[in-house]
Amino acid sequence: MSDQVLQLRKVCMTYGNGANSVGALRDINLDVSAGEFVAVMGPSGSGKSSLLTLAGGLEKATSGDIYVENTPLGALNINELARLRRRAIGYVFQDFNLVPSLTAVENVALPRELDGVPSRKARRQAMDALRSVGIDKLADRFMDQISGGQRQRVAIARAIVGQRRLILADEPTGALDTASGDGIMEVLRHRADAGCAVVLVTHEARHAGWADRVLFLKDGRIVDQAAQSYDPTDLLELPAN
Amino acid sequence: MSIRHSLLALLHDQPMYGYQLRSEFEERTGSTWPLNIGQVYTTLDRLERDGLAVKDGDDGEGHVVYRITASGKTEVSQWFAAPVVATNPPRNELAIKLSLAMTLDNVDVEMLLQAQRTASMRNLQTYTRQRREAAKSDSNDSQDVAWILVLDSLVFGAEAEIRWLDHCEGWLRKHRFRTSKSPASHAAEPTNATKEPTR
Ligand SMILES: Nc1ncnc2c1ncn2[C@@H]1O[C@H](COP(=O)(O)OP(=O)(O)OP(=O)(O)O)[C@@H](O)[C@H]1O
Ligand SMILES: [Mg+2]
Repeated sequence: MSDQVLQLRKVCMTYGNGANSVGALRDINLDVSAGEFVAVMGPSGSGKSSLLTLAGGLEKATSGDIYVENTPLGALNINELARLRRRAIGYVFQDFNLVPSLTAVENVALPRELDGVPSRKARRQAMDALRSVGIDKLADRFMDQISGGQRQRVAIARAIVGQRRLILADEPTGALDTASGDGIMEVLRHRADAGCAVVLVTHEARHAGWADRVLFLKDGRIVDQAAQSYDPTDLLELPAN
Repeated sequence: MSIRHSLLALLHDQPMYGYQLRSEFEERTGSTWPLNIGQVYTTLDRLERDGLAVKDGDDGEGHVVYRITASGKTEVSQWFAAPVVATNPPRNELAIKLSLAMTLDNVDVEMLLQAQRTASMRNLQTYTRQRREAAKSDSNDSQDVAWILVLDSLVFGAEAEIRWLDHCEGWLRKHRFRTSKSPASHAAEPTNATKEPTR
């Protein structure tokens, strides 16, 4: 057992087959521990979203192993995987994925209720999450009654609600101005400081700056990492080029 | 950076002696640009020579106190009123290094870009953490506010540098064919010039 919340071992992802196949990820090894905030950067098409969908159990890797809280995702059946995702993984999609016929607070409470949390408690947790992203006042609005940036925050609240230990966020600041974007980073940073493992995909250096570690992807490989160094010995642990 | 105007602006606030000026300057700018005391005294001499400040006795402990003059005050107002315009682009070692690297054959530019981006990112992480910690105190003290604004400027600067490095990398990928060694043969088939390299 380890205190790694997320582990990827020799993970490869190939879409399609034969001449049309695309190697989206090649031989990725990655550990993210509790309390760690990792940002993933890289040019468009470098495999960032692919990395996140695999880590979130939304797709199966072509080869290699993925562990979430020491559970190998490859060994789970569909129901077990769905349960693990609801219980342990908060996911912010590049395109939000909210339910239009539900209000903000219902959207956020939904995964908790699906997981068997009594609805009053789920609602209370949802309100806490909405408050931490600064939109608890909009709790009873429907998705077409709030702005794009506010929808984005609902999506983030849904990912952080409850006790999930792994937060995966794909470009969660797309529609937000600088100050609101920084506000979201503060929320993610706070989750990490409270013991979650956070993986953020972003093309904004400004937001990656909030992370403990920044991975650079290129053509499906991790080509470099930047880690904050509090003392010079930390530097020695970085992979030498 | 104009030390001359910075010190004069501080004297506008109140008369001060050399060490005091140095520590005021550093506190208000978050010790981002340390001054040595020799620089401070040389600057004070020049301010006095130019009639912008005068010696105003000592503080009782042997420190020579300087006071701003009327023309000094005018000079400070003009400084704050005038925008900072870099007539010549400031010398940027990174830009120079990179443009040389891109035009010389034996340099691994991609490696250079990558190493630089990692280093710049590390700076950005440090500034962001300092910014976060500075904002935590939630103080309205003018020196804390000044420090936060200095950090913001460093954050934006590091961000701009990384964006520029990304831009350079993207440019390099697109122009890989064009920048390879026999320009003549590629000039004949310009459509290939921007083709993405195959995976
Ligand atoms: N479902 C799919 N079928 C086929 N190819 C795919 C699929 N999803 C992604 N790809 C390909 O895999 C590669 C990596 O895609 P991915 O979405 O991970 O990139 P990304 O780094 O997230 O890019 P962006 O910054 O544009 O979001 C790309 O070449 C993409 O075209
Ligand atoms: Mg993507």
